[in-house]
Amino acid sequence: MSTTSTMSRRQFIKTSALAGGGLLLACHLCAGRRDAAAGGDTVFAPNAFLRVGTDGSVTVIVNKSEMGQGVYTSLPMLVAEELCCDWQRVRFQASPVAPEYNHTQFGPIMVTGGSSSVRSEWNRLSLAGAAAREMLISVAAQQWRIDPAACRAEKGVVHGPADRQLSFGKLAARAAKLPLPKEVRLKSGATVLLGRPLHRLDSPAKINGTALFGIDVHVPGLLTAVIERPPVFGGTVKNFDAAKALAVAGVKQVVTVDAGVAVVADGFWPAVQGREQLEIVWEEGAGAGVSTHAMREEYARLAATPGLVARRDGDAQAVLAKAARRFEVEYEVPYLAHAPMEPLNCFVDLKKDSCLIRTGSQFQTVDRNAAARVAGLKPEQVSLETTFLGGGFGRRACPGSDFVIEAVQVAKQVGQPVKVIRTRTDDMRAGYYRPMWYDRVTACLDKHGLPLAWQLRIVGQSIIAGTPFEAAMIKDGIDGTSVEGAATTPYAIPNLQVELHSPKNQVPVLWWRSVGHSHTAFVMESFLDELAHAVGQDPYQYRRRLLAKHPRTLKVLETAAKKAGWGRPLPSGHGRGIAVHESFGSFVAQVAELSVDSTGHIKVHRVVCAVDCGRIVNPDTIKAQMESGIVFGLSAALYGAITLKAGRVQQGNFDDYPLVRMSAMPQVEVHIIASNEPPGGVGEPGVPPIAPAVANALFAASGARLRSLPMTAEKITTARKKG
Amino acid sequence: MIAFTVNGTEQQVEVSPDTPLLWVLRERLGLAGSKFGCGEGLCGACTVHIDGVPQRSCITPVGDVQGKQVLTIEGIPENHPVKKAWLAQEVSQCGYCQPGQIMSAVALLARKPKPSDDDIDRAMSGNLCRCGTYGRIRRAIHVASGHVARKGGPKP
Repeated sequence: MSTTSTMSRRQFIKTSALAGGGLLLACHLCAGRRDAAAGGDTVFAPNAFLRVGTDGSVTVIVNKSEMGQGVYTSLPMLVAEELCCDWQRVRFQASPVAPEYNHTQFGPIMVTGGSSSVRSEWNRLSLAGAAAREMLISVAAQQWRIDPAACRAEKGVVHGPADRQLSFGKLAARAAKLPLPKEVRLKSGATVLLGRPLHRLDSPAKINGTALFGIDVHVPGLLTAVIERPPVFGGTVKNFDAAKALAVAGVKQVVTVDAGVAVVADGFWPAVQGREQLEIVWEEGAGAGVSTHAMREEYARLAATPGLVARRDGDAQAVLAKAARRFEVEYEVPYLAHAPMEPLNCFVDLKKDSCLIRTGSQFQTVDRNAAARVAGLKPEQVSLETTFLGGGFGRRACPGSDFVIEAVQVAKQVGQPVKVIRTRTDDMRAGYYRPMWYDRVTACLDKHGLPLAWQLRIVGQSIIAGTPFEAAMIKDGIDGTSVEGAATTPYAIPNLQVELHSPKNQVPVLWWRSVGHSHTAFVMESFLDELAHAVGQDPYQYRRRLLAKHPRTLKVLETAAKKAGWGRPLPSGHGRGIAVHESFGSFVAQVAELSVDSTGHIKVHRVVCAVDCGRIVNPDTIKAQMESGIVFGLSAALYGAITLKAGRVQQGNFDDYPLVRMSAMPQVEVHIIASNEPPGGVGEPGVPPIAPAVANALFAASGARLRSLPMTAEKITTARKKG
Repeated sequence: MIAFTVNGTEQQVEVSPDTPLLWVLRERLGLAGSKFGCGEGLCGACTVHIDGVPQRSCITPVGDVQGKQVLTIEGIPENHPVKKAWLAQEVSQCGYCQPGQIMSAVALLARKPKPSDDDIDRAMSGNLCRCGTYGRIRRAIHVASGHVARKGGPKP
């Protein structure tokens, strides 16, 4: 789930060149398993990713989890573009867990994350489609006894000279008997599907109630379990009395698992009712001493001391030491919950020598292997079926496989199919949060008012430390996800130093949509804005001056500013703020326009977004993901905070962990930059710029500079008084 | 025994009357389109109509719907203008909240065939969407209201 492994230009150059030239490519993938997910009417399954039926239907096997980002449409589009099939006949199917579905870049695991689905699968799925197309053409050419080069495929039909035609459905059975091609030629010329705003293939199921999410899985005899968890992280059960719980009608069993005490019942409601009757004495342990208030003080102390150096250009320390005027401030952001609308859950049907898991996972291989370990089975004895995910945002890619392991532990003691469901409060309090961050940033300016030296000290937990990814993703003590977006800043700052402290504590942390960028963009883009204002320069023009060598960043910045009418007068009490950030191979700029009332409440009226994500598959999906990232980031910027007191998480539902609602929704406009650059991600890059754009707009509107998220009315009122 | 009508079909369930309607629909009647999101009436993912009024089924004891008419997402016809507008505007992302959103939108349009943006804010702000599809939901409701007006009101 590396967020740092952006597809390199070299890796992608093959496809870029091919798009124009139709070069030959070795077709390694064709050696893949051919029986995967084969269906009844399938006759032609040339590789693991597609099958063609005798009726001409095409099923694309998708190895990425659908959690809102549209992979059940964008990935089939990649296959269909090269296959030259009829888009109206394309269907999708979730892939099983198997090596041929592993991520092309993140190691031997099946995983959806890092905004990588399209960019990591572009080559492989294009090849899969092209190989099948060439085989279908070969069969037609054989039948017509002509050179395949005289044939072409279009909309599911092979056309030969003299108006001869054969449909894919008619060719499928014979194509299945052909040997797999050793090399494949990609199409040349204009694209037919790519770049068009095709409708999502999964929309109909999502609006009629038939889309199956993990929580919807049902089988005869199914039991449902809820787990009472310790009140603090790391706590354990000392002893418990289940008598009253067992007396609740419908409760079948009470069992202990590593996560706590599980109440198993014939439905969700009796399980919850039974859980309320449990009497448990907990051994709380050191977790009881955790408070975010104390943690903040510790982080502030650390921020005053040197950390490990993640980037050093020039000599920021020496320049700052000599500076006549230094700017030094501290920024902070809280823990955040992912809070997907579908609370975590997992269905397990465990038998003596097999185990079926059905759940919404982003981390299938890791979860399957964890289930096998817990069940005492071999990985190949465990099948994991991926359902629709009611939101993921990183939470369903957990290296600890927490929601799968607890369900298998329950299943081992139950002897019947069982589904563990978390209530919203379970989901919010059971952990795995975006880390809390505390950053100190110091800068001085040159005679033109531009940054001469910039030192940033980042303090916060490492997400990667202690996971199996530590060896690959932590270099010289630096977790790249902690500093991404800061250590990689494009701004021309001659003396730049980014340092990192990675304190440890009991609070479990995880990647949260846009990972490190979710805090570094806030710090970098807010502070830059502060410097611009400090020298009386326009924050947009100030950024432009520092981005001369970064044309893609500059272009999105200029586009967003222009489309937003930057500089045009606004109603009294309104302000505009701008921010730009690169993440996951894409460049995004946003201009937010807001007003703030006398009580300190912000109303964001409009957000204009410009994105350059390289070559595109589906422009509507890109727009939707930008809209989505903006709202997700806005909820965090305005409301989001998970806090702990005496080890206890203080938030539990959407009343104390609010999200943006319809009434707070700004008007959002998205502008996509036409580009032939390698594809970038779109699931996450819309998130990072919104918090600083809003913070900068707040300053423009009110003079209040907020260096702490969320931007509550109380903080705004205090900042105004200071202002 | 509690008897009520769901999507036009009479149902009888033997269940504790304090059981939330949501879990009776999902676990007893096989209607899993209504979703569990918060359990406290805060997110709207479980929205159904009870005698024509949108309600949070996660906090409605099934005993309270004795003799009443319940309409769920499964009972909204495929050609309903709201569903058509949802498809045309490509509203759905993860899709989990959309059954609840659609039920709230259908109720709004039944009550107010040409809603203003303020009407939409009021009627829809009880339905959370973590994917942030609000802008498209608003557009879809306006589009559907055109259809609705032409057809003289939605017939759920």
